[in-house]
Amino acid sequence: MNTTDNPTTITTEPGTPFLEIVREFDAAPALVFRAHVEPDLVAQWLGPRNRGTRIEEFDARSGGRYRYVNTGRDGDSFEAHFRGVFHTVEPNELIIQTFEWEGAPNEVALETHRFEDLGNGRTRLTSHSVFPSVQALEGALANGMSYGINDSMDRLAELLPTL
Amino acid sequence: MGEAAADQLDRAFSALGDPVRRQLVARLSRGPATVNELAEPFPITLQAISRHLQVLEAAGLITRSRNGQQRPCHLDAAALERLTGWIDTYRLEAERRYRRLDAVLESMKENP
Repeated sequence: MNTTDNPTTITTEPGTPFLEIVREFDAAPALVFRAHVEPDLVAQWLGPRNRGTRIEEFDARSGGRYRYVNTGRDGDSFEAHFRGVFHTVEPNELIIQTFEWEGAPNEVALETHRFEDLGNGRTRLTSHSVFPSVQALEGALANGMSYGINDSMDRLAELLPTL
Repeated sequence: MGEAAADQLDRAFSALGDPVRRQLVARLSRGPATVNELAEPFPITLQAISRHLQVLEAAGLITRSRNGQQRPCHLDAAALERLTGWIDTYRLEAERRYRRLDAVLESMKENP
């Protein structure tokens, strides 16, 4: 299995509430899409590291809704609840949904996930998020900031993408 | 994160909301420079550049030497790392999530 050399690209421009994540996968769009809409599959990869995901509701159709819980492991009792609605679901191509962490109620982000067929059983997934404010985006970026920070000036280039 | 640190981050992020200030920071990431040197590539006045530099200084992103007429500007690497650190942790998290998705996709191929 040689699937770990697909880089994840994250783009934010300071001062805007937009966040874009691009990643390619060694699987056809139909598979990548299924892994986004079938709750049993979603539970296997969604959510932060070292935490489990319990899906309470996941109706991935236009107009459907979802809610899931990130559960702690090894005696960590903190649970984080997330919910939203699916605005548009076009099989193998597009998912537009809202996203809200219930710990910051009414700070709802709008996410657009596009599944692009690259041929040869490969897919490019582009996820574009619009947060309700720059502050809300910064809060999301700060989330999970519980371990060491890599100190390199090289990252300047990624923080300042428009030069 | 304390409130003061959060305020400082807010100021830094909003200071970087301006394209001229981002270019000034990018230039300073290659080494210290005087106001005149920094102003050279821009079709705006020295005064305008000075105002941008004051915003960056207030945000804690740059420092200016107090000695001499030239007062070169320096990038505060630690301040910038606090900003890039957020992006890094977020990226790491996304990377891990997508590696799990890679594994899920592999198992789907094996058990269609």
